[in-house]
Amino acid sequence: MESQKIKTGSLAAVLLLCLVPFLSSDYFTGIMAEILIFGIFAASLNLLVGYTGLVSLGHAAFFGVGAYTSSLVAIHLSANLFVSLISGLLVSLVAAGIVGFFCNRVSGFYFLMLTLAFSQMIYALVYRWGSLTGGDNGLSGVPKPTLAGGVALDSSSSLYFLILILFVLVMAGLRLFVRSPLGQILVGIRENETRMKSMGYNTTFYKNVSFVLAGGIGGIAGALYSYFNGFVSPKDIYWTMSGEVLIMVLIGGAGTLLGPVFGAAFIVILETIISSYTDLWMLIVGTTFILFVIFIPKGIVGLESVWRKSAKARAPVQTESPESVS
Amino acid sequence: MTKPAYQSATVTETPALRVEGLGKRFGGLEILKDLSFTIAKGERRAFIGPNGAGKSTLFNMIAGDLAPSCGEVTYFGENISRVPGYQRVRKGMVRTFQKNNLLNELTVQDNLLLVLQMKAGLEHVWYRPRLAKHFPDIYERADRLLETWGLADRRNAVVKNLSYGEQRQVEILLGIATEPRILLLDEPTAGMSNSETQYILRLLQQLPKDLTLLIIEHDMDVVFGLADRVTVLHNGGILLEGDPQAIQTDPRVYEIYFGQEGVL
Repeated sequence: MESQKIKTGSLAAVLLLCLVPFLSSDYFTGIMAEILIFGIFAASLNLLVGYTGLVSLGHAAFFGVGAYTSSLVAIHLSANLFVSLISGLLVSLVAAGIVGFFCNRVSGFYFLMLTLAFSQMIYALVYRWGSLTGGDNGLSGVPKPTLAGGVALDSSSSLYFLILILFVLVMAGLRLFVRSPLGQILVGIRENETRMKSMGYNTTFYKNVSFVLAGGIGGIAGALYSYFNGFVSPKDIYWTMSGEVLIMVLIGGAGTLLGPVFGAAFIVILETIISSYTDLWMLIVGTTFILFVIFIPKGIVGLESVWRKSAKARAPVQTESPESVS
Repeated sequence: MTKPAYQSATVTETPALRVEGLGKRFGGLEILKDLSFTIAKGERRAFIGPNGAGKSTLFNMIAGDLAPSCGEVTYFGENISRVPGYQRVRKGMVRTFQKNNLLNELTVQDNLLLVLQMKAGLEHVWYRPRLAKHFPDIYERADRLLETWGLADRRNAVVKNLSYGEQRQVEILLGIATEPRILLLDEPTAGMSNSETQYILRLLQQLPKDLTLLIIEHDMDVVFGLADRVTVLHNGGILLEGDPQAIQTDPRVYEIYFGQEGVL
């Protein structure tokens, strides 16, 4: 059974991820945590790009709004995890609702430019409103989130587990969602919006749903990133961040559930390894991206089918596989 | 001679569709000028006319895909001139496209399920995968439709891998699956082989009698095999309207099709 395989595979993967803090150094756990955070972020953008067919170049806006909101709430109001995380989620949902309302009135290239413009407006607001956001210096001294009993998640492994739990929840939720009737409407819009309209679907409404959902999940990723760093930089909301997460989605494989997570892992690892040798790591990411787009347009998850095809070509023709009998 | 059902109905019955003074201009170019006609419930009306007569433009405006420059569209007594296209579909006014307009990367069944899930009011279910074990009703309905339309063995084929004729069948099937009250068919048999056309014609003839059908068609076998009345469009206006026999013998129809000068 296909779904049984997926269940077993995900369970094994989650168990392995649970072992990370026990088996490895704090440094490696930190890298894994960053991969999971960017995995959530890329998966949220993938809902727009891969499933709904809306290419956004402003997704960092919601990552940033989530990060700044949670941090400000944690600093000024309450360090309680649920209070700050839910504030970050709510404000990024509202921001995505407003931005999506305008951006979804146009399509294609104009949609892309509008998302970019809106995200840069939000960036400018954050950058200029120095008294609240710290402006260019960023927002430092974000307290570690605390649980109900006042227990702070201040060790790297406790934060890692918080991030892992949210990662699993988001991925499981997305898997359910994209295969549901509502999720299939988004796929339909990606394929042919005109036809969806002539089936009676108010496609603008569903594009807004997708935009808001993507923004909200992006906000969660941003909030986690601020807990993880204890710091929010205006770079987190800048358009280069939007570009980076878009590259993660495309390198990993848009329109697949796990692709963007692999893309996030790939970029985070590449960045960590190469930036310790040279400042030109963006050059290397760029080159990799170009190679992927030309040779493996389906991304990292597309590698499997490329490999399978070439394996089939090399392998002698089998008349009957013994497994197929049982 | 027995009269068709739509003619024997009382005159006071609300027409399925009333078009009044409908026109469309693009800049200085007048594509359609001041079109008015009424279609009774259950009527099968064919629209014929040479290329560029404005047939598809007319359908686009009735379906709400194109805003008219002037005029009104009334659907079962309700003025729907300002109702967006997708809401007209929900009210039961459904169209098919002249060029195949399908979800090419999805399977035939998934195309159909998108229509059926809405008819079943399931479109806002987000927490459950759309699998047969969770939603048996729409899968059964899909099976029945696919069997009726001879596509049962193609159910899991990706639409882009179907033959042109099969894609054409899916195009019509998606319209019918919506269970419309008025169905606008824009050249349903365009590009089909003769036997495929005959097959589609037989299926269209079997549609429920209370379904109002508007059809643009160049194939005269289909027009005369299906239509109760025929409207001839020419240069953006109605040239004449009548029953198929009258149209067939009218010299003006020959003239516009075979290009004699000084007709209008």
